[in-house]
Amino acid sequence: MTASVTPAPKPAARPPMLARFTTQLTVDRRARQNVYFVILALVLLVVFPLFFDIFRLNLVGKYLTYGFVALGLVMCWGQAGILSLGQGVFFGLGGYCMAMFLKLEASDVKSTSIQSTPGIPDFMDWNQLTSLPTFWIPFKSLFCTLVAIPLVPGLLALVLGLAMFKRRVGGVYFAIITQAVAAILSILIIGQQGYTGGVNGITDLKTLEGWDIRTDTAKYVLYFVNVGLLLGAAAVAFSIDRSKLGRILVAIRDREERVLFTGYDVASMKTFAFVLASVYAAIGGAMFTLQVGFMSPSFVGIVPSIEMVIAAAVGGRTSLFGAIYGTLLVNFAKTYFSESFPELWLFVIGSLFMGVVLVLPNGLAGVDLRKAVLTMIVRFSRRGTSRRRNAPPAPVVVGPVPEAPDGHGSKGAEALHS
Amino acid sequence: MSPASTQKTFTTHSVARGLILAGTFLLLACSKSGGGDTASAAPADKATAASMGSPTVTATEVTVGQLHSATGTMAISETGSIEAERLAIDQINDAGGVLGRKIKIIQEDGASDWPTFAEKAKLLLEQDKVVCVFGCWTSASRKAVLPVFEKDNGLLYYPTFYEGLEQSKNVFYTGQEATQQILAGLDWIAKTKNAKTFYLIGSDYIWPRTSNKIARKHIENVLHGTVVGEEYYPLGHTQFGSLINKIKAQKPDVVYAIVVGGSNVSFYKQLKAAGVTAENQTLLTISVTEDELLGIGGENMVGFYAAMKYFQSLDNDNNKKFVAAFKAKYGDKSVIGDVTQAAYLGPWLWKAAVEKANSFDVDKVVDASPGIELTTAPEGYVKIHPNHHLWSRLRIGQAQLDGQYKVLYESDLIEPNPFPKGYQ
Amino acid sequence: MHVSLAIWAMQAFTGLSNFSVLLLLALGLAIIFGQMGVINMAHGEFLTVGAYTTYVLSQVSERWAPWLEKTYFLVAVVVAFFLAGGLGLLVEHVLVRRLYRRPLDTLLATWGLSLVMQQAFRSTFGAREVSATLPDWLMGSLKPTPSIDIPINGLVVLGLAIALTGGVAFILLRTRFGVDVRATVQNRAMASAAGINTGRVDRLTFGLGCGLAGIAGAAFTTIGSTGPTSGSSYIVDAFLVVVFGGAQSLIGTIGSAFSIAQLQATTEFFMTGSMAKVLTLSTVILILMMRPQGLFALKVRR
Repeated sequence: MTASVTPAPKPAARPPMLARFTTQLTVDRRARQNVYFVILALVLLVVFPLFFDIFRLNLVGKYLTYGFVALGLVMCWGQAGILSLGQGVFFGLGGYCMAMFLKLEASDVKSTSIQSTPGIPDFMDWNQLTSLPTFWIPFKSLFCTLVAIPLVPGLLALVLGLAMFKRRVGGVYFAIITQAVAAILSILIIGQQGYTGGVNGITDLKTLEGWDIRTDTAKYVLYFVNVGLLLGAAAVAFSIDRSKLGRILVAIRDREERVLFTGYDVASMKTFAFVLASVYAAIGGAMFTLQVGFMSPSFVGIVPSIEMVIAAAVGGRTSLFGAIYGTLLVNFAKTYFSESFPELWLFVIGSLFMGVVLVLPNGLAGVDLRKAVLTMIVRFSRRGTSRRRNAPPAPVVVGPVPEAPDGHGSKGAEALHS
Repeated sequence: MSPASTQKTFTTHSVARGLILAGTFLLLACSKSGGGDTASAAPADKATAASMGSPTVTATEVTVGQLHSATGTMAISETGSIEAERLAIDQINDAGGVLGRKIKIIQEDGASDWPTFAEKAKLLLEQDKVVCVFGCWTSASRKAVLPVFEKDNGLLYYPTFYEGLEQSKNVFYTGQEATQQILAGLDWIAKTKNAKTFYLIGSDYIWPRTSNKIARKHIENVLHGTVVGEEYYPLGHTQFGSLINKIKAQKPDVVYAIVVGGSNVSFYKQLKAAGVTAENQTLLTISVTEDELLGIGGENMVGFYAAMKYFQSLDNDNNKKFVAAFKAKYGDKSVIGDVTQAAYLGPWLWKAAVEKANSFDVDKVVDASPGIELTTAPEGYVKIHPNHHLWSRLRIGQAQLDGQYKVLYESDLIEPNPFPKGYQ
Repeated sequence: MHVSLAIWAMQAFTGLSNFSVLLLLALGLAIIFGQMGVINMAHGEFLTVGAYTTYVLSQVSERWAPWLEKTYFLVAVVVAFFLAGGLGLLVEHVLVRRLYRRPLDTLLATWGLSLVMQQAFRSTFGAREVSATLPDWLMGSLKPTPSIDIPINGLVVLGLAIALTGGVAFILLRTRFGVDVRATVQNRAMASAAGINTGRVDRLTFGLGCGLAGIAGAAFTTIGSTGPTSGSSYIVDAFLVVVFGGAQSLIGTIGSAFSIAQLQATTEFFMTGSMAKVLTLSTVILILMMRPQGLFALKVRR
């Protein structure tokens, strides 16, 4: 190997500190994740605010709220193998909780004086409601609202999760049932317009405890709060991922029976993952309401729920980073294509999606760039055997070679052991 | 090869992977600047332009925005409005423009998604700084953009007939609000059919519910009739068998239908199949324009009545010219519904107001608007009311086999009343 | 009293016709999902293929073949079956075949497929809904007594549903192919070892399921709309029927379509359609939570 035509890279030329660091990175997954985490934080906290004006930054902020959903999906789908097609339900519930608070604040007696009942939200007045419905009353208080945002969706997820996982409903069945829940909730919200604002949603939100959320300054602040929460959520997800619980979740995904026979309470653990995902989605929904200024049932139904799953799958269902980047990528692509080539948009996203599922089951995060590049180099260098010897080593070594995870898939059909 | 160098390759690659992922969408994001028809260069350019004061009114040009769904589920309905507004603007430009300036359009796509509407409205008002916007179709999209228009003091011309209960300084409503479309129609049907009992049907969302609420009050308090049933079905519902049986059980004098979208097709097909036709049942709808009739099929609705302010078959010179111009531009097979005509009014009303105010300034245009008349409107004559809605007539049309309506009745000019007392 | 009796009879027929719609919807899906474990989210788009086939044939017969005007609908049903079925074979070969080991991923991939198909419809036929001109004999009603109307299109859908169910039952229970299918479902490895070409069985099963969806789509032009997204509105109902009945059981699918349709029709008569829908879906979910294997589950050894 030493007698080479092109000189091999010399490791000794590198400063020893860096060498140690990179060595550590190679062997230590945790250290590597930390680096990725810092990169993500830098991109979100420094690069984006520097390069984008407030209009586009606000867009990024909106996309990032879907990032919460994607993080949750990684935890419950990628890690624990539970595919929920009803994440829009939790996103929506979180968003509605926040919207109800903001709407009540925007509907003070003075600004609603032309209504027949001043002081209640305008859409209630149009629907002949003469007093605030009981379930709206807690949302007069910011504290109660902040409690309700994770609590309401979390409780729903807890009930659904316990009911189904205890009876060992899983896989495909779970996916379809969550989808039906999404359908029910969106019909309910649209139908009960006196209580929910109906298909228009809850609009015209103005201030949060007197602070105008529509100004540019507020948008900046909200963006950073959003990023902070997202990074926090990612950090929590990581610590779970690294804990014993995280490893058991993966084990459940791959071989549920074995974990069960080892004596673990599989149902509770799956429920935990599902509840966590729902709480993440709810936080995303609440941040969405704050940044976009309204909430509507179009985020609750089946289509948005599946779109959220798509974004996570494109980025990489097992990678927390992949999910966040995937969400950004899919949404940017959506904005870009639907404006520039509206006719092509569905073709592009549809094909992208089939392609990712077929070729890259682990999404973009599963792409082994080095392997791809090396394979290409090897292929090129095959033209001359003398040069081939000097080519970099064939892609046999190091690094987690992504495998098609058949585990969480094959479980679907055998989810029911009646 | 030493292990260290392998490790280096690996690490570089791993970190690079993250960076490349991040880079990809950075690029994507940057490549998307203004968007729309006249996507003009980088944001930096726009900032400079913006600092020059009013970038969209030059000596020869004035820029307006157009904000509809060109994609997604609402594209079916909104395409007609997009076409009509373009036609009007082309005609204005051909006639010399507004205050000597040609109108340039920046079109944005709301993509049938309400937050996208709000986003694009912001883009048009804050970055493109357009002097006015023609757009929106559904109430939900209008509600989504309303705060943006009010905050940025923009100007919106909204074409759809809608539920009322709204009046904004920044919006002109060129379609009818609910009372204009409902009351005269009910009066006519009650008189000509001697109708006493009514069955109200709607898709389950705000416009049908609010409209039926107004209809019910009018039926009970003014016509002294009775409402024998009121039913709502989810959007997209396709099975109306039970409803049809309930109608048969009640035998109402009039079925008052506000079903929208794909449900419409199922509803009328199943009515016909169940033997409910114009021969044995009077039906009045306010939601089926010529556009929808195309999908339902004239044979499934023949003989039923619709109450609108405009029908394509309207017999006057303005309309003949309009229909001919529309077909010349968009093809002989195109149909023109009520909303399409209302969208066509927008640019003309704006032009008239700008010329009266002799300015493109939103406040001045708004101040100049009340009282403006349009004698060239395809629907005949309209006038802007101080409450930003239009005085207009109501017509009753009867559905024909060929997918057109035959106009049977025309009301006097009706005053718009978005907050009707006694109907709330 | 006489009138209310007539209404009662017609309402019973409404329930029956809802049942036949659900059954037609679910039949193709039941085969694909029940027998193969594949979740075909593009099922609705295969319906739409059938619907557009009917529309195109109606246009063709109107313009060039007036002699077909009375009967083109029957031709459309047959053409729709082969068109949608052929498309199904293609999709199986290109897409689904590679994902048998990952059923949840078939859900995502076929969702992508459904988006592509929707856009293809839109690009071909336009975004507006179209309407196939149906022959008069399809759109009338029977009048056994003066106050009872039985819609003929409902009867046609009912007849089709019964005929197809019978056909599927016959294929599954009485033909060699059916034996192969059942063997593959119950134990793939053993079936393969016994010399059954399981790949071919899968392909044909998927094609059959899609073909049935095509027929359903053609039938639905008599009661519903034909547009790029018409099919997708049925998908949740269809899946619920299959899951509620207990996958892998044809009797289960029939039973569940019947119970859901009756529940829906009955509640619809006493409350508004929206609430009826919510109530029906919730009941189904609640029952599924208590009895996750579905109403009529088949014991399968794995």
